[in-house]
Amino acid sequence: MAETSAEGTGTLEALSLVPKAEARQSMKDFKSDQEVRWCPGCGDYAILAAVQGFLPELGLAKENIVFVSGIGCSSRFPYYMNTYGMHSIHGRAPAIATGLATSRRDLSVWVVTGDGDALSIGGNHLIHALRRNVNLKILLFNNRIYGLTKGQYSPTSEVGKITKSTPMGSLDAPFNPVSLALGAEASFVARTVDSDRKHLTEVLRQAAAHPGTALVEIYQNCNIFNDGAFEVLKDKQQAEEAVIRLEHGQPIRFGTDLAKGVVRDPATGDLKAVTVTPRNEAEVLVHDAHAASPTTAFALSRLADPDTLHHTPIGVFRSVDRPVYDTQMADQLDAAIEQNGKGDLAALLTGHDTWTVVG
Amino acid sequence: MTSQVSSPEEQPGERVDGPGAGEQRNPAGVKDVRRLDRVIIRFAGDSGDGMQLTGDRFTSETASFGNDLSTLPNFPAEIRAPAGTLPGVSSFQLHFADHDILTPGDAPDVLVAMNPAALRANLADLPPGAEIIVNTDEFTRRALQKVGYAVSPLEDGSLAGYRLHPVPLTTLTVEALQEFELSRKEAERSKNMFALGLLSWMYHRPTAGTEEFLQKKFARRPVIAAANLAAFRAGWNFGETTEDFAVSYEVAPAGAAFPPGTYRNISGNLALAYGLIAASRQADLPLYLGSYPITPASDILHELSRHKNFGVRTFQAEDEIAGIGAALGAAFGGALAVTTTSGPGVALKSETIGLAVSLELPLLVVDIQRGGPSTGLPTKTEQADLLQAMFGRNGEAPVPVIAPRTAADCFDVALEAARIALAYRTPVLLLSDGYLANGSEPWRIPEPEELPDLRVQFAQGPNHTLDDGTEVFWPYKRDPHTLARPWAVPGTPGLEHRIGGIEKQDGTGHISYDPANHDFMVRTRQAKIDGIEVPDLAVDDPHGARTLVLGWGSTYGPITAAVRRLRAAGTAIAQAHLRHLNPFPRNLGEVLGRYDKVVVPEMNLGQLATLIRAKYLVDARSYTQVNGMPFKAEQLATAFKEAIDG
Repeated sequence: MAETSAEGTGTLEALSLVPKAEARQSMKDFKSDQEVRWCPGCGDYAILAAVQGFLPELGLAKENIVFVSGIGCSSRFPYYMNTYGMHSIHGRAPAIATGLATSRRDLSVWVVTGDGDALSIGGNHLIHALRRNVNLKILLFNNRIYGLTKGQYSPTSEVGKITKSTPMGSLDAPFNPVSLALGAEASFVARTVDSDRKHLTEVLRQAAAHPGTALVEIYQNCNIFNDGAFEVLKDKQQAEEAVIRLEHGQPIRFGTDLAKGVVRDPATGDLKAVTVTPRNEAEVLVHDAHAASPTTAFALSRLADPDTLHHTPIGVFRSVDRPVYDTQMADQLDAAIEQNGKGDLAALLTGHDTWTVVG
Repeated sequence: MTSQVSSPEEQPGERVDGPGAGEQRNPAGVKDVRRLDRVIIRFAGDSGDGMQLTGDRFTSETASFGNDLSTLPNFPAEIRAPAGTLPGVSSFQLHFADHDILTPGDAPDVLVAMNPAALRANLADLPPGAEIIVNTDEFTRRALQKVGYAVSPLEDGSLAGYRLHPVPLTTLTVEALQEFELSRKEAERSKNMFALGLLSWMYHRPTAGTEEFLQKKFARRPVIAAANLAAFRAGWNFGETTEDFAVSYEVAPAGAAFPPGTYRNISGNLALAYGLIAASRQADLPLYLGSYPITPASDILHELSRHKNFGVRTFQAEDEIAGIGAALGAAFGGALAVTTTSGPGVALKSETIGLAVSLELPLLVVDIQRGGPSTGLPTKTEQADLLQAMFGRNGEAPVPVIAPRTAADCFDVALEAARIALAYRTPVLLLSDGYLANGSEPWRIPEPEELPDLRVQFAQGPNHTLDDGTEVFWPYKRDPHTLARPWAVPGTPGLEHRIGGIEKQDGTGHISYDPANHDFMVRTRQAKIDGIEVPDLAVDDPHGARTLVLGWGSTYGPITAAVRRLRAAGTAIAQAHLRHLNPFPRNLGEVLGRYDKVVVPEMNLGQLATLIRAKYLVDARSYTQVNGMPFKAEQLATAFKEAIDG
């Protein structure tokens, strides 16, 4: 199928090649006829609703949207979207989506994955998708547990987690997905929370607009096997002290009455949370998501205490422009035609050294 | 194929002034020129000596001269194994003839040995009286000791049964390059071109192609280009002037062996890459290759990467799984999708092949088989992935399997694999092997009009009417004839659908755990593959034989050569060769039933024989070899004769 050329210039560079919907869309347009089968109370419902509610904003032809998932509870997501979709195999969604996105630039391709799918069995595909910067939007539902296999610890579970497979506590040090993504050369990394619809939607908006791979970690509650894992970030009172909201261009302040802020420790260059005083107010870090270096974004990703989740930044850590893999791949095809002309099969098969047998 | 080398002793001093003789410098009449109908030459040296390049060039010269030919490159997996050792020996064997030939030949008539290791590693393959050209400069005490020679074989009389030509190739090359500003080491590196020049003189090969090749290859380093040319010419002139080489040989073009047409020399991997590009054009679908480098399949990735102006996208993935994953993603998007690998890669791709079986999307999985298990013998050939291709997945996951028989046949088989994949919406396993991949032979270049039409129709609208009259799209509503499901690609309005690896309800494609539905879907997927239309098996049986030889894949050359030998000796034997391994041709059972004995030669421990026995209850006799090398015709002829007589 030929790529559709850009019709006018979309507001979003990342989606400029994707055809627009002819009519206004609503959330209903994105709901499939399939009954949603997550456990009652699962955080996935909120994320599904947020995605279905946000997509009409993009105004894309829904036949040009594809959701690709791996295996796990979150990976049932595509069945509930009235778009094209593939529920693939464990861990491989980024690889499959890469093939689709690089061969069809007229599509908006989304990957839905979980902490086990993306960081354990599929870790390799995730990091390579990020470093290549393929035009994919990866939604990583992180509930810090294996749900579908009924409750084993995951690569984001805290050390010492008691589960069926770790009755004496898990020994593995967890991944910090944001740190991992930044280390894998990601051009867009964000974190949000399932229950904060407004924040989640805003992060999705920014991810959709990003040209290249966008990784969005979504803290998602598994009310069956890891209930309350993110309670400290959701409980209004506790959240004030626990959550650090990142906004590009704004000083990084949090806590009751924004009494606290993040400053750089001049001794180590690291970041730390302090109580803001008139003396140190000028030192409070101003968030720069577009910084060329990922160093500060990485330092921000390390602020959170992996056990208590205190000082957890949410929002867009990093959003920088970098050459997009599928664009460059298409450019090489164009350049090859420019240099050598459109492929001539007869000439190719003939080559240079031939001889002729006359009958 | 009885002895076709005309022994010089039998035909003393026959002058040649027939076709071909005038195409290059005539040896001025001072030396004898003898005519042969075929020759087998083996170039052998250190893996750093450039033997593969030398062989390639000699092959190109031979192809452009119009001989029939067949080649067998044989090299270690190490890029530069320790110099001068037996494991470091790299060789290239070329069989060329004035008539139709099928194999690279059993035993070399001429061995070019660039060092003692090359001599030692290859001597056992030489028949008595073979010519041996050795580079005496490399026969130092140390080099001899390295490979276990206490005394130089050049001096102890152990080579008395051969016609030995001791040539100080290195010294002669360095002398010839004195006028160039090169270090001795740099000059020495051209010794393979000196050897090529000498052999080109001996066999009256055209030289223009090699000269042009060297100019082009070293265009940016004119001194190196000039030095290699000078070494090449010096080798030629050495042959012409030195008394040691009293005779040169002519092998006339093999015009009569070939149907009319334009020909070129082609290796299996190149033919396969071209076949994929041709299939993409014939299907009018963009070609997408997702691949991870692996010997001996990487050359297909390299080749396709050079043809982006055909709209070919090549994606070097992070691993084998991502290679096939990306290909499957592209297939979902409507591309002609391919992944290329070898046996270990197929093992890693198994789960994704299973997904493709479940999704029922077209996908070509190309397995260039090599010695196994595990890493095995990366640069050697084997046919031991047949059962992996057939059954190497969880669940009932039938996949069509198809195998080329010769290097040139890889082109046609790529097109045939694409036909099946596209028409039946299924992954297809194409089983080539290291011998076909790297070996080469003449290929009649097809006209684009001769190629099959592979165009497919994507789903464009609803294909089902519900009871209430609503028109809907059902992604698993099948074509009643092929049982293929519709291919509805993203971007098609109204056909939005979700597919996945979980069992699907017949028709709607919705998730279904219904027991009866699963039973139905398993049987339907099997029926779809079983019902693939493939041509009947052709049997070559001119004399009403009682014994049938049944082969598949790259054993075609040696099997056919062996069958010819037996028939020439008056033994009746029938031959059939399978291209389609799954499904088998419809008439296979009937063919097998016609014969008292069925012999199945394979480069594995009897995998096809197992399938034949299981499916047709035929007492097939397995004849096997797994030494990393193709069968020799003589060996097969003996085995077949024993089977017939036994």
